[in-house]
Amino acid sequence: MKKTIAYAVRRSLPILIGFFPVGLAYGVLMQNAGYNFLWTGACSLFVFTGSLQFLMVDFLTSVTPLFTVAVMALLLSSRHIFYGLSFIEKFREFGPARWYLIYALNDEAYSLHCAYRPEAGVDEKWAFVLSAVCVQLYWVVCSMLGGLLGRLITFDTTGIDFALTVLFVVILLDQLRGASVKLPAVAAMLSSVVCILVFGPANFILPSLLVTVAALTLLRPKLEPKLSKTEVV
Amino acid sequence: MVLPVGQSILVIAVCAAATQLERWLPFLLFRGRAVPPVVQYLGKLLPMAVMATLVIYCLRDVTFAAAADFVPELIAIAVVVGLHLWRRSTFLSIVGGTVCYMALVQLVF
Repeated sequence: MKKTIAYAVRRSLPILIGFFPVGLAYGVLMQNAGYNFLWTGACSLFVFTGSLQFLMVDFLTSVTPLFTVAVMALLLSSRHIFYGLSFIEKFREFGPARWYLIYALNDEAYSLHCAYRPEAGVDEKWAFVLSAVCVQLYWVVCSMLGGLLGRLITFDTTGIDFALTVLFVVILLDQLRGASVKLPAVAAMLSSVVCILVFGPANFILPSLLVTVAALTLLRPKLEPKLSKTEVV
Repeated sequence: MVLPVGQSILVIAVCAAATQLERWLPFLLFRGRAVPPVVQYLGKLLPMAVMATLVIYCLRDVTFAAAADFVPELIAIAVVVGLHLWRRSTFLSIVGGTVCYMALVQLVF
């Protein structure tokens, strides 16, 4: 168990670097909107997806119809539908622990799950669960700290949130190295860029992922024979 | 607070429910039955596609009007790729890339 905890902490540490400034900024934003650190903590615990939580500050500071809130939230979070697809069978093996894993399946937890590689002495199920717990703990604590003492921080943190971009780049590089098929990454980038030009930077993710899924489905006869039986890229 | 407490809780609850619905959807769709081969196939390829999409998502507000708008991102990502191919250390790549980006936006551009 010790090794599993060490694994989860070590693998999730880069996420803490990225969450620190982003969480602080979110906590300060909430504080300025009139919501103290307890509200911030509750949002981080229950909503647990940064992009929507930032948009939620707008909902909380203006009178937005609940139906609009629901539609905007569904659209912004729609990428989550695709996250579960890769773990349907894996999570079944985990028993009731999967309920927490699904609940906490945000961008960063998903990226850690994708990057999981077996190590001696590390229990797979608990490595998944503890990684998700670490990610959620970092997010809740960092955002609450922002509400409590965000305005006391004086050193220039401009640009530190780039850590999350770098995290995704690094995971992508590791995926590309081990993969027999690299086309999905190229297709996704192309369709993202095209969809940003067509739909704008605020609304591109859903159309882009739909285009990517359609393209990969059409290319299945070509790509599937190249995949090894057990390969997860 | 602009909204009363009850209204605020409702907004948060709706956002939490929307996100949870989408996180649970694939698991509910294939509950208690075999996952169709095409979904298994997509499940294998999607992590890479999603990670590539998230990289672009992080860079979605980059513009190309002036050098300061995109050169720091370009250099920092080049540094990350080089560092990662060279040392293969996730932690070093992330700290190195982030420090490089912070130095560029704070001191150079």
